[in-house]
Amino acid sequence: MTIEATSGIEHHASRLNDPAKLKTRYASEARFRAYGIIALGIALAFLAGLFFSIISNGWSAFLQSEYRLDIYLDPAEIDPEGKRDVTRFGLADYTKMARAALSKAIDLPEKQDRAMKRDLKELLSRAVDVQIRDTVVADPSLIGKTVPIWLLAAGDVDSLLKGAIDRNVPEERRQLNNRQLQWVDKLAADSVLQKRFNSGLFTFGASSQPESSGLAVALIGSFFMMLTVALLAVPIGVAAAAYLEEFAPKSFWTDVIEVNINNLAAVPSIVFGLLGLAVFINFAGLPRSASIVGGLVLTLMTLPTIIIATRAAIRAVPPSIREAALGVGASKIQTLFHHTLPLAFPGIMTGTIVGLVQALGETAPLLMIGMVAFVVDIPTTATEPATALPVQIYMWATSAERGFVERTAGATIVLLGFLFVMNAAAVYLRRKFERKW
Amino acid sequence: MKYSAIVLAVLVVAAIAFVVAIARARAAQQGGSVKMHSRIGYYGWYAAIWTLLPALFLVFVWVVVEPIGLSRLIRAELPDNFHTLNAAQRSLIVGQIETISEGLSLLDPAGLDTLKKARLGFKPMSEAQQVLKDQGIVLGSAPEGYAVTAAVKLRDAREWSRMILAGLVGLVVLAGFAYSISSIRPRLRARNFVERVTLGGLIAASLVAILTTLGIVLSVLFETIHFFKLVSLSNFFLGTVWDPRFSAAGSGGAEGQFGLLPLLWGTLFISFVALAVAVPVGLFAAIYMSEYASQRVRNFAKPALEVLAGIPTIVYGFFALITFGPMLRDLGAMVGLNIAATSVLSAGIVMGVMIIPFVSSLSDDIISAVPQSLREGSYGLGATQSETIKRVIVPAALPGIVGAILLAASRAIGETMIVVLAAGIAANLTLNPFEPVTTITVKIVSQLTGDLEFDSPQTLVAFALGLTLFIITLALNVYALYIVRKYREQYE
Amino acid sequence: MEHQIVQDASIAEVPVAGPTITARDVNVFYGEKQALFDVSVDINRNSVTSFIGPSGCGKSTFLRCINRMNDTIPICRVTGDIRLDGENIYDTDLDVVELRARVGMVFQKPNPFPKSIYENVAYGPRIHGLTRSKKELDELVESCLEKAGLLKEVHDRLDEPGTGLSGGQQQRLCIARAIATRPEVILMDEPCSALDPIATAKVEELMDELKANYTIIIVTHSMQQAARVSQRTAFFHLGKLVEVGDTRQIFTNPRNKRTQDYITGRFG
Repeated sequence: MTIEATSGIEHHASRLNDPAKLKTRYASEARFRAYGIIALGIALAFLAGLFFSIISNGWSAFLQSEYRLDIYLDPAEIDPEGKRDVTRFGLADYTKMARAALSKAIDLPEKQDRAMKRDLKELLSRAVDVQIRDTVVADPSLIGKTVPIWLLAAGDVDSLLKGAIDRNVPEERRQLNNRQLQWVDKLAADSVLQKRFNSGLFTFGASSQPESSGLAVALIGSFFMMLTVALLAVPIGVAAAAYLEEFAPKSFWTDVIEVNINNLAAVPSIVFGLLGLAVFINFAGLPRSASIVGGLVLTLMTLPTIIIATRAAIRAVPPSIREAALGVGASKIQTLFHHTLPLAFPGIMTGTIVGLVQALGETAPLLMIGMVAFVVDIPTTATEPATALPVQIYMWATSAERGFVERTAGATIVLLGFLFVMNAAAVYLRRKFERKW
Repeated sequence: MKYSAIVLAVLVVAAIAFVVAIARARAAQQGGSVKMHSRIGYYGWYAAIWTLLPALFLVFVWVVVEPIGLSRLIRAELPDNFHTLNAAQRSLIVGQIETISEGLSLLDPAGLDTLKKARLGFKPMSEAQQVLKDQGIVLGSAPEGYAVTAAVKLRDAREWSRMILAGLVGLVVLAGFAYSISSIRPRLRARNFVERVTLGGLIAASLVAILTTLGIVLSVLFETIHFFKLVSLSNFFLGTVWDPRFSAAGSGGAEGQFGLLPLLWGTLFISFVALAVAVPVGLFAAIYMSEYASQRVRNFAKPALEVLAGIPTIVYGFFALITFGPMLRDLGAMVGLNIAATSVLSAGIVMGVMIIPFVSSLSDDIISAVPQSLREGSYGLGATQSETIKRVIVPAALPGIVGAILLAASRAIGETMIVVLAAGIAANLTLNPFEPVTTITVKIVSQLTGDLEFDSPQTLVAFALGLTLFIITLALNVYALYIVRKYREQYE
Repeated sequence: MEHQIVQDASIAEVPVAGPTITARDVNVFYGEKQALFDVSVDINRNSVTSFIGPSGCGKSTFLRCINRMNDTIPICRVTGDIRLDGENIYDTDLDVVELRARVGMVFQKPNPFPKSIYENVAYGPRIHGLTRSKKELDELVESCLEKAGLLKEVHDRLDEPGTGLSGGQQQRLCIARAIATRPEVILMDEPCSALDPIATAKVEELMDELKANYTIIIVTHSMQQAARVSQRTAFFHLGKLVEVGDTRQIFTNPRNKRTQDYITGRFG
């Protein structure tokens, strides 16, 4: 017995020290570690790929090809009666003037056949008509003079300059023919055609042409929505959190509210859209596509986030502060408003920004309430039709024209830029006001 | 009279009450020789609340009740054949009446006269339309005589209603004002009153969350019941074909097929692919970060992963559409696979990346919550770090991790924008991940963009789909949150 | 029927015969659990009374009954009768906020508000409307800091945060804050347990000065401290008031065996 036992121990000990066994164990350790690094690597690589794809597709959207043309504002065409009647200005054929100026810039003969006229016209954006008219309406005294105006190039010309159109493609399958290529090259060489900062991206509304469509309506719409969310969700959310954290007795009902809020935070956003459609539009009769409705839907969606963040911030205020205030005879409400909420303020702000970030990037519920709209005019109130930044991205992403891909990526950069700034603000607030108790 | 004018007037009176009450309280104080129960400001708020709240409540009631009463009134005015029209035509006429009644206030006497003559048949209706158009009120078609009559009635009734409201509000405001001012005494517990009202406000705010849930459930349920009156339950739940032909409402016949199964399959298929990406990557990343990574790596990697969660889903969708889908297609073509540009695979993988942070950050918290003593116990037996993780930590954290995965699954199922852009729109019962499928959320979007008619199954089916989605995700969420909470309690 | 709320600050300074606080048959329950059993005690005016006893004996619980701080704990229930100047403080008609202004409290850990020193002291007078002008408030703040023996140390930095002071100074700031509402009674819940010996000595010295104007009740773990600062001592054990009497008598000639065991260090 004794001998056997001893040998057993020896045997056991030798197994422990078995170098082969130990080696495989360490190899497995190294493998396991590698899996972790690979997983992290995959996630980060994807993140990098995403940003690279968006930026490489989108940076050129901030540039726009434009012609600097000397336009002769022909009084015979614009204002034949000489009455300087603004409503008459709209009837003139400005495209013809632009075409004439363009042909002069290329040094083409006065006499042109139909095909040549068409080829010339195709180099100009359809929006030049409006551009020249707006110049004339803004200053009628220019009529009869020759003025230099920056005019939008057609989307195809813009794509060519940005390298999105392959010159080696046979002429019959290329968007621009050989003659047009020649002209464009000459105009570019003469610096008549230039790539300039694309301010139109921020000032134009919806358009069927990529070069004349912009984010203005979406930016204003998103602004109104964020305003609605900030004005409604923050007070309601903070009040609800304060009640639940400081006053609510532990009861069945407060448990129900608690579970309910946690679940609302995880309800798919599209369901909030259904709620908005059924309640705000179908039942309450609010206008479709209006940013106020979008704001209301986003408010309901953001509320749980703000409540949860505020509760955490309130909970982080040590009870000794409340005791001190109560001890000198402050009421519970006074304690809340004089001490607890001010001390929880940085946390509340951070939570609010996180909620706003979420609301700003949200698309699906807005599709339900008709924010997918072709809105040309920039809204001035929250009840007028508008779109939102992410909805605009969705609409452009589903447009067929090549030029819209660039715009979509550009709009995405703008959206991500806003989100970046807001997140940076949240991080800054957290760092600046971080308090260790 | 407009509501805004009434509310503004009430606010002004409340402000006056505030000032008067403070003056009264000052006087009652007699230069400080009498101790007031509350600080002076509270007496001001006390009076302002008494003046404001009952009146605002009254206005609120009016806002809700008035439209109901007025629409009854219009309906009584309309000819019998109105009720035989379909919903779209009815709502058109009601809208027209509303527009005319709003326009009446803009017309001059001559215009009103034209309208009256047109109504009585002395002038053609097109002239009435023109008169309104001159004031910027555009009607789609020349109105019927009864519409103009109803519009005039509507205008009058609305004016009466607002007059009555203004009178009632006036009474309530004055009563509140008089009562509150006269009750100001040193012993009045103004602070307690103000604080009770404040607390009431806080409670009301926390009820908004409940009302939201209730609103979701009721509105979606209501429209769903409406839907099932038009389409049978078996068509929806057991149908394998999705073909909700967009036929004009009322044209009869073509009901369309509303089979849920292909959509449900598409949803689950894509979510499965997404989880197949997110669970291993998220879990290993979480384990690496909580157990191995140095503080420096952690400081960089944790926020970077959170960036993934902060990117709007529309951006992922766009990325899948223009870069990732085509890239997969080209890769597939290289090895001889036929992968569609919008496929289960591309949507699933991109969605998987999106939910990585949901898996990793919750798992990270949960793994970090495993007590150090368990780790030390394992190391004390000579286990390597990976053995400790595999045999001790992960089993201990398993319930929490399962909760995290379920939450991520619920995200994936409810995700919309990625699948709208990257999964395709054709309902497709397929096992091939290289083909496009469509999902519940995609179909909700496509059924609800464009013209809506709340009595056609083509629109209402979206609510039935929404309810299905809500129930699935709710069940997942409740169960996941329950597991996570249980787990947390265990180590607290 | 509204209770008498007009409180003249001068009352506390005029010695009146009889106890300030009388407690009769006080029971406290936390949910199902009873924490205090039939406590009856009188607290003398303008003196220091100390509550001693082992941890969890109910002395702090009883202290928190006197300004109804227990109200903040939802599951806590108090029965019995506690009177302050003959007035039942658990009367439903009594405003707890007024009560707490009359019964100040100093806590175990110094808990100044994260505001300036000035604001810490001024907060109480502000919410109770005790002063009518900024000048009056300034004077009140200075006199309270003076009474708390802190003015010399902080007079040139009243705008700096109270949390920046040392532990002992913070606790004296809390005492200044407590007396700023012109209370009659000051409750101190182990006020020196987080302080070093020098700071402790200062606070004890302060208590001795303050007792001329205020009725002070102190809960303490340290029997030496009780012996040093208090005139009367009450010994609690397992939720019951075992013995109460003159401090000297309690420490030299306790009537109860358990008291004797405790002060001689046999348990605790």
